[in-house]
Amino acid sequence: MTESAPRPTPASPTPPGGHLLDVRDLHVEFRTGEGVAKVINGVSYHLDPGETLAVLGESGSGKSVTAQAVMGILDSPPAVIRSGQIRYRGRDLLTLPEEQRRQVRGKEIAMIFQDALSALNPVFPVGWQISETLRHRDGMSRADARRRTVELMDLVRIPGAAGRLGDHPHQFSGGMRQRVMIAMALALDPKVLIADEPTTALDVTVQAQIMDLLADLRRDLDMAMILITHDLGVVAGVADRIAVMYAGRIVEHADVRPLYRAPAHPYTKGLLASIPRLDVRGRELSTIRGLPPNLMRIPGGCPFHPRCPYAQQVCVDVVPDDLVLADGRTSACHFAQEVHDDRDR
Amino acid sequence: MTATADPAKVRGETILTVDDLVKHFPITRGVLFRRQVGAVRAVDGVSFTLRRGETLGIVGESGCGKSTLARVLMRLETPTSGRATLQGRDLLTAGGGELRRLRRNMQMVMQDPYTSLNPRMTVGDIIGEPFDIHPDAAPKGSKRGRVQELLDVVGLNPEHVNRYPHQFSGGQRQRIGIARALALRPEVIVCDEPVSALDVSIQAQVINLLEQLQDEFGLSYVFIAHDLSVVRHICDRVAVMYLGRIVEIGTEEEIYERATHPYTQALLSAVPVPDPEARGTAGIIRLTGDVPSPADPPSGCHFRTRCWKAEDICAREDPPTVPRPADPHPSACHFAALRARSDPTGRG
Amino acid sequence: MSDFETVAATEDQAARRGVSGEPGTPDRVGVPQKPRSLAGDAWRDLRRKPVFWISLVLVVLVAAMAAVPSLFTANDPRDCVLSRQHAGASGGAIFGYDFQGCDTYARAVYGARASLLVGALSALLTGAIALVVGMVAGYFGRWVDAVLSRVIDIVLGIPLLLAAIVLLKRVSTSSDTVRLFAVIFVLAVLGWTTAARVVRSSVITAKEQDYVAAARMLGAGHGRIMWRHILPNALAPAIVVLTIALGSFIAAEATLSFLGIGLKAPTISWGIEIDAGRVHMRESATPLVVPSAFLALTVLAFIMLGDAIRDAFDPKLR
Repeated sequence: MTESAPRPTPASPTPPGGHLLDVRDLHVEFRTGEGVAKVINGVSYHLDPGETLAVLGESGSGKSVTAQAVMGILDSPPAVIRSGQIRYRGRDLLTLPEEQRRQVRGKEIAMIFQDALSALNPVFPVGWQISETLRHRDGMSRADARRRTVELMDLVRIPGAAGRLGDHPHQFSGGMRQRVMIAMALALDPKVLIADEPTTALDVTVQAQIMDLLADLRRDLDMAMILITHDLGVVAGVADRIAVMYAGRIVEHADVRPLYRAPAHPYTKGLLASIPRLDVRGRELSTIRGLPPNLMRIPGGCPFHPRCPYAQQVCVDVVPDDLVLADGRTSACHFAQEVHDDRDR
Repeated sequence: MTATADPAKVRGETILTVDDLVKHFPITRGVLFRRQVGAVRAVDGVSFTLRRGETLGIVGESGCGKSTLARVLMRLETPTSGRATLQGRDLLTAGGGELRRLRRNMQMVMQDPYTSLNPRMTVGDIIGEPFDIHPDAAPKGSKRGRVQELLDVVGLNPEHVNRYPHQFSGGQRQRIGIARALALRPEVIVCDEPVSALDVSIQAQVINLLEQLQDEFGLSYVFIAHDLSVVRHICDRVAVMYLGRIVEIGTEEEIYERATHPYTQALLSAVPVPDPEARGTAGIIRLTGDVPSPADPPSGCHFRTRCWKAEDICAREDPPTVPRPADPHPSACHFAALRARSDPTGRG
Repeated sequence: MSDFETVAATEDQAARRGVSGEPGTPDRVGVPQKPRSLAGDAWRDLRRKPVFWISLVLVVLVAAMAAVPSLFTANDPRDCVLSRQHAGASGGAIFGYDFQGCDTYARAVYGARASLLVGALSALLTGAIALVVGMVAGYFGRWVDAVLSRVIDIVLGIPLLLAAIVLLKRVSTSSDTVRLFAVIFVLAVLGWTTAARVVRSSVITAKEQDYVAAARMLGAGHGRIMWRHILPNALAPAIVVLTIALGSFIAAEATLSFLGIGLKAPTISWGIEIDAGRVHMRESATPLVVPSAFLALTVLAFIMLGDAIRDAFDPKLR
């Protein structure tokens, strides 16, 4: 993979003050006994106030690792950030001392996870867990923290919030636990909320409730949100922009509607064609052949070429740059325009 | 491998009948003197039939009892009451040799490809084990050939017999599990969430494989899943479960186009559609609250606590799963009715 | 709960281990690959550990000492001349002579056989009892488990030394071999409980696995399920516990012999040597220190080896 200058991202005339969050050309490796896995290979994306960016990818695509790098919670070792910048309001988080980095974490950027049960401490009441953050980080008095905790639990629509402060995590259902975790993430009034697969562990009816809640909260609290998911349905429901990741790289980056209408990367196209749909009947599922690559041995050229129906010799030889298409979207494919225009495959 | 389809076996005849199946897990208190203080009513009176060559989908949210149902049918759990027959033979009381013979005709593909294969056995041993247990299923000395044939049938390299499960990806492991289930040439395969642990692009490969195998070997599937889109894709008929009961059952079209039970309607409307153009379209039913505990289900209709149509009768009378005036397929709702909109998914 | 949990749960692990594509990927189908087993992975892991190599070398050394003591010393440990009492190092006697005028080093070398024999055979016997009891209790559960677990609790509650004293006092024979096996038997009968608990709990874990359910659905009987599916997956922790137990059995033999109820002279064992050395500690400490050091190093080597193997077999620690 070539180390190039930060690539342009779609539909993004950089605003005068810069982006709220700007990840530039991030490279992350995992160094293990068995070798070096190139987990993130030059990821750039940005986030502006009030928008929802979806990062879509399958297992091992690097979507969660990127978010962990932004949060500064990568396990190191084995993770090593090779190069890149993560700028928040103009400051590069990667060069900040740990003390200042901690200030950003939670207060500016907060994160919620897929598994609320393991994200909450099982031995403490949830009310205590939320108010502890407030007292510790905001220096609130006990009474203020308690009042604010009830407010937060109301905000995430936990019925009878005041009466449930003393309950422990296992006394909540899956959906309610997810709400508790969201309340905790919102405690310090963050400007950016990163949601890592927030609904994958939930049933569809509960998933719908949580996605509604997240969308409402984002709007009411004027946050920006990064939604990390593998679910094309969830993305279609809430995201403004979408970055599709494959083998540690963003292969396609576009506004959500144009991307679903006409994907410009063969991987995105393959994904969209391979999901069974509730509203379209009797279509044979097309598949993406083969398997995602081993991150220790990413194929040369375009990492997707062994699985790609459009692949030609150039794809084996040359790493594709991000091609900028007419409407400002990008696709890391030599044949982006052809893929975009080809409606049949 | 050649197809086992026997001209005498008529496609469409009933192959599996389940009648009022109940599985309650007792809740006990006390260390020395255990006494029963209640029961988790995981499966609470389920009836359905499966016809030869068809795929019956069983959908529902977690805790609805669909996986317990599968385990009871596979005789991993002892049912509390009820009857089930496989090709006319009693499935639930059979023991010893009779049960072993029945097992040859009914196998299961499990959800988690990471725990369903013994990590210390080679792929050849895993797929060959059915022949060790049922020596009459493969002539002496033909085992290795059969195993390689099976690997080929499920799209794996037959030369990989000596590898261990952890050398394969999730999708490949699921294929190994399918090969094991196929080995004894069963007529019915229970698929318990066979693709839900897999990545999107791999899901499609496995779904297509299951469909191919069905055509090739004339299999009948009980396909248990929580993903309504997958179920619609693969199933001929669908049963919707809620708190241990089937609340609605019908053909794929009856359930997806003409659902009359409020729960089915809500479930369908909550499925996110991968199309941003459909965003914000009216007609999405948002259920409030969570599924009640199966240890203490609501009186009468189990769904009434989350139902917008609920009236006094719903708390008093348990609605039977019978044909309703709104549509001839069985639905367990006193107020069964089609949704007003032409498209029950609510996304015109 | 969720059906997608596995996906995301494995993602991080997969990414962390750097594995997401596996053999069989189209571009590598043709490349022959050696089958990788858990043991193979464990071996690769062990190879890089200095602790493993150090303890292994020590264990091999002691084993060789037990098998062919004459390789390590040319002197006869029974060649004792009182005139050499507490004499300094000379000839092959690098640690000098003890109260009886015997070569201290030679006696320590020859003591390895009895000590190691007791350790290894007690561990084997312990393993056999633990495997049977743990497997039966864990696999059949219910009342079988309740009864066997209480038996384990009771045996665990018996103080090892006290019971050993009571039992061995009754062995009045003077035959070396019979005494040796009496000690082995007593140690195993009193010492199998910890291993049995470990086996029981790993059997219970293995029993709940989906692959066991799969075997049951194929119609496999209890024997096949226990032998083919549960035992191989429950064995590794048991082996580790037994390696560690081996070390402590050697120490226990020394204690018993020291107390005068284990092996008895003319048998040579570390415990007997330590006991003899203790009496005349004030005149010369070497006859006490040398067998003690042999004992300590051997016990430590076995415990470290067991620890290293446990870590290597635990995929979670890798």
